[in-house]
Order: sequence, then C-alpha cells, then structure tokens
Amino acid sequence: MLELPIIYAAKLVRAIAKLRGGGSALPGLFIEKLDPGFVGRTLSGLDYGVVVVSGTNGKTTTAKIAVKLLEGQGLKVFTNRTGSNFSRGVAAALLGEVDVLGRLQADIAVLELDEAHAVHFVHGVPPRYSLLLNVMRDQLDRFGEVATAAKMLASIAQATTGTVVINREDPQLLAIGQNQTDKSVRYFGLNSGLRAQFPSDDDMRSGSSSVADALPPATVVLERFNGSSAVFGLGSRMLKTDLKLTGIYNTYNAAAALALVREIMGSQLGVDRLMADLASVTPAFGRGESLLVNGLPLELVLVKNPGGFRLGLKSFVATDYQTMIAINDNFADGRDMSWLWDVDFESLQETGVAMLSGGRAYDMALRLQYDEVSVGQVEPSLSLALRQFVAANPSSPKRIYCTYSAMLALRRELAKITKVEAVS
Amino acid sequence: MSQSAKVIVIVQLYARDMNIYGDWGNVLTLMQRLKWHGYSPKLVEYNPGDKFPDRVDLIVGGGGQDVGQAKIQDDIKLIAPKLKRLADEGLPMLMICGLYQLFGKFFVGQDGTVIDGIGLLDIETRAGAKRLTGNILIDSPQFGQIIGYENHSGQTTLGPGVEPLGQVSSGAGNNGHDGTEGARYKNVIASYLHGSLLPKNPQLADWLIETAVVGRYGQFTPGIIDGHFADMARQVAARRPR
Repeated sequence: MLELPIIYAAKLVRAIAKLRGGGSALPGLFIEKLDPGFVGRTLSGLDYGVVVVSGTNGKTTTAKIAVKLLEGQGLKVFTNRTGSNFSRGVAAALLGEVDVLGRLQADIAVLELDEAHAVHFVHGVPPRYSLLLNVMRDQLDRFGEVATAAKMLASIAQATTGTVVINREDPQLLAIGQNQTDKSVRYFGLNSGLRAQFPSDDDMRSGSSSVADALPPATVVLERFNGSSAVFGLGSRMLKTDLKLTGIYNTYNAAAALALVREIMGSQLGVDRLMADLASVTPAFGRGESLLVNGLPLELVLVKNPGGFRLGLKSFVATDYQTMIAINDNFADGRDMSWLWDVDFESLQETGVAMLSGGRAYDMALRLQYDEVSVGQVEPSLSLALRQFVAANPSSPKRIYCTYSAMLALRRELAKITKVEAVS
Repeated sequence: MSQSAKVIVIVQLYARDMNIYGDWGNVLTLMQRLKWHGYSPKLVEYNPGDKFPDRVDLIVGGGGQDVGQAKIQDDIKLIAPKLKRLADEGLPMLMICGLYQLFGKFFVGQDGTVIDGIGLLDIETRAGAKRLTGNILIDSPQFGQIIGYENHSGQTTLGPGVEPLGQVSSGAGNNGHDGTEGARYKNVIASYLHGSLLPKNPQLADWLIETAVVGRYGQFTPGIIDGHFADMARQVAARRPR
C-alpha cells in the first residue's frame, strides 16, 4: 500500500505534463524510479494478457487499428496511445488509467514498443501475443545494423508465451518465425501480385522483389488494393471493404491487425463487426492524418527511415497537392542525414516541393537538388515555414512529410489555427 | 568530339551487399556532378562473381553489415590484384567504412577472429568496445574542412604507407586517440564519414571527378554548379552537437 502515495504523486506529475501539450514521458520516469515494479504488477492478471506490437515501420497505426477492432469485439483495451513507445511511455500511459487503488480495469493491453525498449520490457512483462511488422534500415545511428534490430525482434518472439504473428513477406522476420519451435506462429502476407509495391531496402536499386515464392500460408492476406478499398483473405473468406486509411502501407498494417485480432478472439471472432470497424478507422497521430486548414486538407505524414519515406511517397500522389518537407535531427528523428540519400525523390519532380523546413532543411534541399526536384522556399523555422506554406497556397490541399520532432512541433503550431485531435 | 560524348565509367564496388548506409549519395553526387560539368557518367554495379569491367575511371565502395562483408570477402580477394594495380596507376577511388576496412591489411573482431583485408592500404582495424558515433569535422590540407557523420566500432590505425585524409577537429576519427581520420594512398581516399560524404563536400567530389577525367582525357573543363544548398547545409552541419 506504500505504492499508493507514489501513484498519486505520479498522477499529479502526469496532469502537469499534459498541460504542456502531451507527448511527454516525464511521469513515467517518475514512477519508474520510485516504484519499478509498477508496470509489471499492473499488467499481470489481465484476462487476455499483454500484446506487444513492434517493428521498424507501422507500429502506431497497426496498434491503433488493433485497439479499435478489439474494442468492437467487446474487449476493454489498455494501450499506450501517446506514440511514446518507450517503456517509460507505457508507465506514463498506465498512470492515466489506473484507479485510486492502482488497479487497471481492462481485459487486454495492446502496447506498441520501439524494438530496443521492447527487448528490455518483455523480460519484465512477457507478452501473450506479439506482432512483428518489418525490419528495415532505421536510425542506424541508434542500432548500428539492421541485423541488430532483427535480433531484438527475435527476443520479443522468444519471450512471447502464446502466439507470435509475423509478416511472412519480410525475409528476416520469416526466419524468426521458422526458428520458433516451442510456440505458435501465425503469418500475415501479400498476394504475390502486390509484392512489387513493397520494395525492401535491398530491392531499392534493383527494382525487383527478391522474396521467394515458397512462403508459408498466411491466416490473413492482403489480396487487392485500389486506393480507397481493399480485399483481405481471412482464412478461407474473401472480404472486401472500403477504407478511410490512406496508402497501401497503412492497408497492409490493417492486414497485420486483422491477423492479430483473429488470434486473440479465436472462435469468438465477430467478422461482420470486425470489417465494419476496419472500414471506419482513421490514420493515427501524425502518421498520415488529415486536418482541415482554411477549409482544405492538410496531411501530415511521418517519415523516420528510408523504407517509410519511400512507401509514403509511393502511397500519396503529389499531383494537385502542395508539398512541404520538414527534417529535424534530434535523437528521435535520427541524427545522421545519410538516410535521406537512400530515398528516391524523383516522383516529386513533376510538382516540385513548395517549402522545406526543420533544422536540416538545407540537407533536404541538397538532396532534392541531386534528384532534380525544384525547391520553392527554404525556411528552417517550423512556425514561420508553416505559416508561409499555408498563406502562399490558399486553394490547394497540402501535404507535409516530417520527422518525429518536427511533427510534434507542427501539430502544436497547427493547434493555433485549426482543431487538432488531442494526443491523450 | 563534343564534350557531352566524354564518358566516364564509375564502378560501384559490391553495390548490392555493401550499400547499407546512404552510400548511394556518393555515387549519385559523382554521377550528377559529372553530368553538370558536361560529361557522360556510366555506372557499373559490380557484385561478387561479375566480370570486373575492362574500362574503369573511378571506383566507389561503401559500408555493409557484418553479414554483407562475409558475402564479398572471397570475391574481393579475387579482384584484389587488379584493384592494387589500378591504385598504383593513380586511379581515383573512394572507399567508405566497411570497404575502407577491407582495403586494409586486416580486421580483428571482438572475439579475436582475424579477417584478412586486401592490403591495398597500409592500415589495420580492431573492433572496439564502444561505437564511435556522431557529427564529425576534419581538416584536410588539400580539401579544407570535411563535414560528415561517423558511426563505427572498428578502430583503425595508419601505417607509414598512407597519409590520413585529415585531422579531427571535432569527433573521434579513425580510432578516437590519434586525431586522424581516413586514409590516402595515391588517389585512393578512404574514410569513415557518412552524411553522405560527397554531397556536403563537393570539393572532394570534384577532385575525384577531375582526377578521373584527366586520367582518361588529359584535361578537365568544369561546369558551373550551384553550391548554395551545399554551403548552407555545411554551415548548419558544422554547428550541430556531437
């Protein structure tokens, strides 16, 4: 019971942090230091256990879709919504949800976790389910090698007590799945006709897909996609649905979430409700979300690594839009600018880029110069750049590709001129 | 012969397996600058088992994971005599990170295993306990300030047969102890700098280009290339914290 005063104090710290605009993990740090067993204790004993979602790209969107689908199936879900996917962020999110006695009223916890922090986390809190999305080059200045990130995901699979759900199209993840001898492994995958739209880092220069055709069967397959609707194979059924999610990579994330929820619900899965919920889910926090500014759409697309930026450029057509790119180099953005050179920007040649911003705006300008993409303006200050970008283009829809800290800053600026969904 | 017909062949060494880290930025910079100077670049991607091209004017190589390095080790021994001959003849080359190490005498891993290099550069590398990572500035007598980002656990020491590329003014460099970064032998330049290296250091890119063009055609006539974005990017990068 000594923990209770600590929890109250931590909740107070959290309330104060929220007044500053959210996205902070200070309350988590507070409780981590004073009551290190808090997270493990609070999450044990959930009827459906703990789910960990990890991988290089797509964690937040996939977790959000999974949460929505599970709630539609009747479960009460705890999740770390803030997108602060380090262990401290989980503690901070829990503080907002536990009652006065420190208990969590939930059936299941769905946690999106950064790979490196997940390894540490699953030792204290072994998940019943894990969902492994992909392994790509990401912030090499943090991980050192792609293989290191793959090893981290393998540890998460090892620690999982129930079922591991894996992207069979990713060779490194497939190998992890095939190495699990003592637990249940399920796959989600692509129709072979769609594979060319998901180039791996290695395929980028050769333009071909290197995935072999002898792949294990998948419980969920993304069969077809045409922009605003998709067909999913779910077991033996073919299910067509319209989608509010934008882009093929978000749609493949939906396939991942479907495979996960199918495992969790088992024979109790309500497919009609499942598909109805899938049709109405919107893109998550800054990952491809669309706001209205002066009556026109303004989309924020988070970019963190070459694979993500490439897929973003492929998913969103630049024609008829004004494009802005904001690149910072804080720790969460990736400090080394090399990653920009592994993205092909030629698809922006037709329209050019109207505005470049962020601390490393000039590195981005240099990058575009070498891909012969014309650059309108360069303004490192995000608030100035946003205002100029909005004012200079009063009749166009707009799209901003931004790194993580640039996105947080842009959302704060946007909140001054439009309604922005609060990050809880 | 009109200037636009002057072809320069760039070989990207192990394009598939040693290309993990923005190395395309170096190749792209060379290809575009050649074009903007009025020449016609031709890229040949060399991978293990390929026939090494008879005609080559410039060779570029990059970094890789340990897994990539293992794949190319046998093949690089086969082409090593050719690479050494070309280096001795003054062919310009740029080797970054993994291929910098493999161009040396050997690499000693964390567990003591020794991987032979091709011995083109008089350098040795030993795996260190700590990764040397962060923004780095070096001063080169020939190229002025060179700006980049390093990220390596290998610590390289230079023998008498090479010069350093430059002296570290901020950052770690070859080994974090002796203040040197990179290595030079004849017209071979090797370095740990990413960023990528050449886009923010156009003076280095143009030297490689000029050396290649003069080597093939006897003289080099530069074009005019807008350096504003490179200048501004350099200013920002030079002030970033480690």
